[in-house]
Amino acid sequence: MNFTEEQIERYSRHLILQNVGVEGQQRIMEGKVLVVGAGGLGSPVALYLAAAGVGTIGLIDGDVVDRTNLQRQVIHFTADLNVPKVESAANKIKLINPEVKVNTYKTLLMPDNAFEIINDYDFIIDGTDNFPTKFMVNDACVMAQKPFSHGGILRFEGQTMTYVPGSACYRCVFGGPPPKDAVPSCSQAGVLGSIAGMLGTIQATEALKYLVGTGDLLTNRMLIFDALKMKFREVNFTPNKNCKLCGEHPEIKTLEMEEMPACDLH
Amino acid sequence: MNIKINGKESAIESTQVSVAEVLKANGVQTVEMVTVQLNGAFIAKEQLESTLLKENDQVDFLYFMGGGSI
Ligand SMILES: [Zn+2]
Repeated sequence: MNFTEEQIERYSRHLILQNVGVEGQQRIMEGKVLVVGAGGLGSPVALYLAAAGVGTIGLIDGDVVDRTNLQRQVIHFTADLNVPKVESAANKIKLINPEVKVNTYKTLLMPDNAFEIINDYDFIIDGTDNFPTKFMVNDACVMAQKPFSHGGILRFEGQTMTYVPGSACYRCVFGGPPPKDAVPSCSQAGVLGSIAGMLGTIQATEALKYLVGTGDLLTNRMLIFDALKMKFREVNFTPNKNCKLCGEHPEIKTLEMEEMPACDLH
Repeated sequence: MNIKINGKESAIESTQVSVAEVLKANGVQTVEMVTVQLNGAFIAKEQLESTLLKENDQVDFLYFMGGGSI
């Protein structure tokens, strides 16, 4: 790939960066990343991936922009109210970087479309807001051997881990979705808007590191922060031999999804 | 007894204390909200009550965190 003058200018801070350089930037430009959920986490992820020049960005979300989204979903503007989130996000991506190819899916990721969609991508970002979907994204990625980044935020806190084939999966850590109402959602408990940015930019960084092939990914560890105290901590783990998906005696053989709690469907 | 909870040293008066009791004392309202590691290995929810801690044990717990989209 030969860079144009414009590309050399646009990506100059990457090109001079050790660990990225011309080869790394090429890998970014050939990379395909799927962002599941164009909301609080998906917004900063999509913005930074677009600016970085990721070749193809897939956006999947069934919602339209709602006024309550604007406090943290920074890819959507006031003028986008009632516009499908994937359309609103795709427009901003094109404005930031017209070189990026954007695929939009105005739907929910479900067991019947998950493989077809994720198979086209190198790296998946989980920016979803409910546990049944989070586990389904995990299961689909593990089954399809696709690396992905898990992200969760609540109130002033965030957590994230990265899966690559062979490392501990989300189910290794959490087993399965919590019982309904055992864990509050952001719409029930609130979330500081900028927390979505803190967590989402970590996820975007993991995707870029993966594409470039540099550094140490957040595999076999969960990074957790509490922004009220502004403290970060890390919990280390190894693949769980009792994991129902990737353990020694797997029970989950087909992709399924637990029923969605009604309060999260809104 | 001295143990580590989420990486922090913690002194406990009692010598007979279960993982579940330590979680409760650290603000975990129900064990359904967390996943728990004892000395680096995940521990099943059913075993939290019956597992007693000993000197220098490490307990780590992680809350379920959804959030993201809506
Ligand atoms: Zn697993």
